[in-house]
Amino acid sequence: MKKTIKLLSIILAAGIFGISCKKSDSTPATVYYQQQDQMGRPAINTVFNAAVTDKEAFNMTTPSAMTSAFQSKFQSRLLALNAGYTTNALGQDAAALTGLLAQDVLNVSTNGTTTFFDGNPANTLSGRALADDVIDVELLLIFGGPAGTSNPTLTSDHVNANDKAFSGTFPYLASPW
Amino acid sequence: MKKSKLLIIAALILAICGIVYAADHADAPSVTSQSTDITDLYSFQGSDPNALVFVANTQGLLSPTATSTAKFDENTLIEINIDNNNDLIEDLVIQCKFDAASNSMKVYGPVAPSEKGTRSKLEGNVTASVGITPYGAAPLTANQNGVKVFAGPRDDPFFFDLDQFKMILAGTASGFNNPGIDHFAGTNVMSIVLEVQKSLLSSTGKINVWVETKKKI
Repeated sequence: MKKTIKLLSIILAAGIFGISCKKSDSTPATVYYQQQDQMGRPAINTVFNAAVTDKEAFNMTTPSAMTSAFQSKFQSRLLALNAGYTTNALGQDAAALTGLLAQDVLNVSTNGTTTFFDGNPANTLSGRALADDVIDVELLLIFGGPAGTSNPTLTSDHVNANDKAFSGTFPYLASPW
Repeated sequence: MKKSKLLIIAALILAICGIVYAADHADAPSVTSQSTDITDLYSFQGSDPNALVFVANTQGLLSPTATSTAKFDENTLIEINIDNNNDLIEDLVIQCKFDAASNSMKVYGPVAPSEKGTRSKLEGNVTASVGITPYGAAPLTANQNGVKVFAGPRDDPFFFDLDQFKMILAGTASGFNNPGIDHFAGTNVMSIVLEVQKSLLSSTGKINVWVETKKKI
């Protein structure tokens, strides 16, 4: 009986101690992650932000804050790249093009064709497929003028396809070299 | 003044401003050569018309040798942001976090985030999880709760004659060559490929998508 009481006391003490220990364990602190890089459309930061401080700031900016911070810088940069810029094949003047590009998001359709550009104006900026030649599209919009025929040596880099074929089934991207 | 002369002067000004990369590869010093460096984002309808594919690539210009030891980073969150109502604020996020202990990529979402903007926390429970595909192996994929996922090294799908573009900006070339040379040929990236049922995206027909990388703080 004595042994049982002793055992029970120990167990009880351990139990109380155990409960106290549990009570003093606070819930773990929330783990946060802080933005380092961001991307919507291809090559925007690299082409339109010249100064390193702008590149760094752009990577830490969310799209809703970008227009006020970057649109006028983008416009100056566009005119530095192409001093003769008037409009492009989409009919955008410098303010309209840079206003669009300064909101660095990819527009994607959830109920139709998905492509950056396929020649059909209705499909323009409805996604970005693996085979889309986004560089030629962006060069054309920056250098091609209203008809897309200006600055012909600058509107295509003549690299029109990836070095490996894509797959028609998931995960779509080619195996590594 | 001749147009071409103006262009060359403009290019010289740009050349002084620094090196130009492309897509998003190494677009600023603090992400260059880091697991947080985004190279590309793609989004398209693949072989399933009821789903949308998202591709988020990081750690670009990996040589084959570098690829054999390349890893995702546990402290880097790769987050797809989706805006459904064109206010440029995320309504849904899909978060991808590498777990070293299980050598797998855990996917959270699509879910409405409690934290919006430049700071995030993991939202809710894991939707899908897949083992990282080893270099040289056939792709490992998982398909859980309407989300298909792959994570591992892939050939960099981006293509561009970057070197010629740099010469144009430096004023040492007046245009591109035909044919051009793909600077990214023969290089790899660390890739996450998701195929998400459209019913999970609660969309009105057009969405705005962007990708962010975030470091644990």
